[in-house]
Amino acid sequence: MKVSGPVPVIVFSALLLAAPLVLDHYWLDVLNSIGLYTILGLSLNIILGHAGMFNMGHAAFYAIGAYTTAILNTRYGVPVLWTLPISGLAAALFAVIVARPIIHLRGDYLLIVTIGMVEIVRIALINDIFGITGGANGIFGIDRPELFGFKLKRPQHFYYLIWLFVGMTVLLFTSLENSRFGRALNYLREDDVAAEGSGINTAVYKLAAFALGACWAGMTGTIFASKMTIISPESFSFWESVLLFMIVILGGAGNIAGVILGAFLVIGLPEIFRDFSTARMLIYGLAMMFMMIYRTQGILPPQPRVYRLDRVGEDL
Amino acid sequence: MEQFFQQLTNGLAIGGIYALIALGYTMVYGVLRLINFAHGDLFTIGAYLGLTLLTSLALTEHLSGFLGVGLLALMVMGLVSLIGILLERIAYRPLRESHRLSAVVSALGASIFFQNAIMLIYGAKYYVYPQNLLPNTPIFILGMPIPLMRILILLASILMMIALYLFVQKTRIGTAIRATAIDQAAARLMGIDVNRVIMIVFCIGPALGGAAGMMVGIYYGQINFTMGWIYGLKAFTAAILGGIGNIPGAMLGGLLLGVIESLSSAYISMAWKDAIAFVVLILILIVRPTGLLGERVAEKI
Repeated sequence: MKVSGPVPVIVFSALLLAAPLVLDHYWLDVLNSIGLYTILGLSLNIILGHAGMFNMGHAAFYAIGAYTTAILNTRYGVPVLWTLPISGLAAALFAVIVARPIIHLRGDYLLIVTIGMVEIVRIALINDIFGITGGANGIFGIDRPELFGFKLKRPQHFYYLIWLFVGMTVLLFTSLENSRFGRALNYLREDDVAAEGSGINTAVYKLAAFALGACWAGMTGTIFASKMTIISPESFSFWESVLLFMIVILGGAGNIAGVILGAFLVIGLPEIFRDFSTARMLIYGLAMMFMMIYRTQGILPPQPRVYRLDRVGEDL
Repeated sequence: MEQFFQQLTNGLAIGGIYALIALGYTMVYGVLRLINFAHGDLFTIGAYLGLTLLTSLALTEHLSGFLGVGLLALMVMGLVSLIGILLERIAYRPLRESHRLSAVVSALGASIFFQNAIMLIYGAKYYVYPQNLLPNTPIFILGMPIPLMRILILLASILMMIALYLFVQKTRIGTAIRATAIDQAAARLMGIDVNRVIMIVFCIGPALGGAAGMMVGIYYGQINFTMGWIYGLKAFTAAILGGIGNIPGAMLGGLLLGVIESLSSAYISMAWKDAIAFVVLILILIVRPTGLLGERVAEKI
C-alpha cells in the first residue's frame, strides 16, 4: 500500500472540493467534524508521532483555545477570527507552563500526567474557575466568524473554512517534517540521549513540540467554538483526547496522510455503522481492535527518509 | 476528630478497592509493558456478573451471608479471569512484537467493545445491588462507630494483597512472573514458558479487578456500565503513584489515593476532589519521576 506522488493528493483534494455539491447537510457536518479532528490529529502528531511523547490530554489545549475565543467574543466583543492567533498563543503558553516541569518524565508517566492535565482543566471549567467559564453549562452566544463582511453560517461555509485550514496545516507541517526541526524531533524520539549528545537541546525541542501542537489545537478550538456557538466542558473530556490518540496511532504516527486517514476512520466509522443502531459502538470497538491487529504499525506508517547518494552534501 | 476518623476509614476502604484494580494494571505492565485500558471494564464485568449470580443463584439465602458472598466472589473471579485470558489472546498477543502504543489502541478498542457489550446485555440504566447481604452493624473503634462493611472491604482487599504478595514472592510460578518482568528474553532462555506466565498474569489481574467490582456493588449499592472508566483511571493513577510495575507500590498507591480523595472531599472541596488527586499525583511525579516505590532508572550516561 504505497501511496506517493502528487496524484493521490490531487484526487483527494478534488473530491473534497466537490463534496458539498453532492452531500446533504448531515454528511457535510460529519465531514466538518472529520476536518476539525484532522487538524487536531495533525497537531497531536507533532507531539506524539514526531517527538514520541505520550500525550493523552490533547483536548486540554483545544479547550483553552475554544474558551479563549468564547470569553473574548462574548464578554469583550472581539470578532471571532481576531481571536484565532490569541487562542493559539494562549494554548501554547499554557502548554509551556504545564509541560515545563513534566517534560523529562518517561513515557507512561507522561501519559498519566497529561490525562491528569485534561481532567484538571475539565473540572476547573465545570467549577467555573475565575468566574468566567460559565460552569457546567458552558458559554453560549458565540458569534459566527465574519470574513470581509461575509458571515459564515451555513455548513458549506464552515466546510470550506475548516478544510482550507486543513490544507494550510498540511502544507506547513509537511515542510516542517522535512526541516531541521522535524528531523531533530524524530532523532530525540528514537534516542534522546544520543540526540542530546549530538547537540540537540532536547528539553527545548520537546517544549517547542508541545507549544506548536498546543497552538494548533487552540486555533482549532476557535473554529469549533464559532461553528457550535455554544461550548461546554463536556466537549473537551478525556474521551476526546482518547479519540485523538487513536487517530494518530491507528492512522500511522508520524505520517500526515496516515493521520488524515485515521481521522476519517475514527470519526467517520460510527456514522457509517449507524445501521447497526445500538450495536454500532460495539462494532466500532471491534473494528478499532482488528484494524490495529491487522496493521500493527498503523494503517499508513511513515516511509523512511531517503537520502540519495548522488545528492550527499547538498543542503537539505 | 470523629469526622476525620470516619473519612479516613472510608478512604481506606475505597483505597483498598483502588489497590485491587491497580494490581491488575501493574502486573500486566510488569510483564508486557502494556497499559491495559480494558482493565476498568473487566472490573465492571465483575460487578455485573456478581449481581447476576447474586439474584439468580440466591446462594445467600441458602447459605449464610458471608459464605454465600465468598463463594460468589470466587465464581466471579473465575469467570472474569477467563475473559481476561481471552482478551490477551485476541487483542494483545498479535501485537506483542509491535510498537507499544499499537497495543494501547487495541486495548482502547477492547474497552469500547466491553462497555457496549455490557450496555447491550443489561441496558443503560443503573442497577441496584440487593441490600443487607452482610450484617452491617457498626463496630466501635476508639468509641467511634465504623460501619462493618468498611472494615470487611478493607480486610478482604488486604487479605487478597497479602495472598498475591506471597504467591509472587514464594512460589515457583511467582518467581517465573518476576523473572519475566525483569527480562522476557532471558526468562525464555532459562526455560520459563513466557506465554504461560502472561496467561497467569491475565488470570490474576482480572480476577482481582472482578472482585473489586463486586465490592463496589456491595459497598455503594449501585452500578453502571460506564463506571469502569473512572475507576480504571483512578486505579491506573494509583499504580503510577506507587510506581508502575511494582506490586507493593500499587497497594500503597491505591490506599494513599483513596485516603487523599476522601479527606480532600471532606476538608477542601467535593467538586474539586478528582482534580486534587491528580494535582497530588503530578506533584509527586515532579519530585519522584518514577513514583513512590518505582525503580530508579539510572540515566544512560
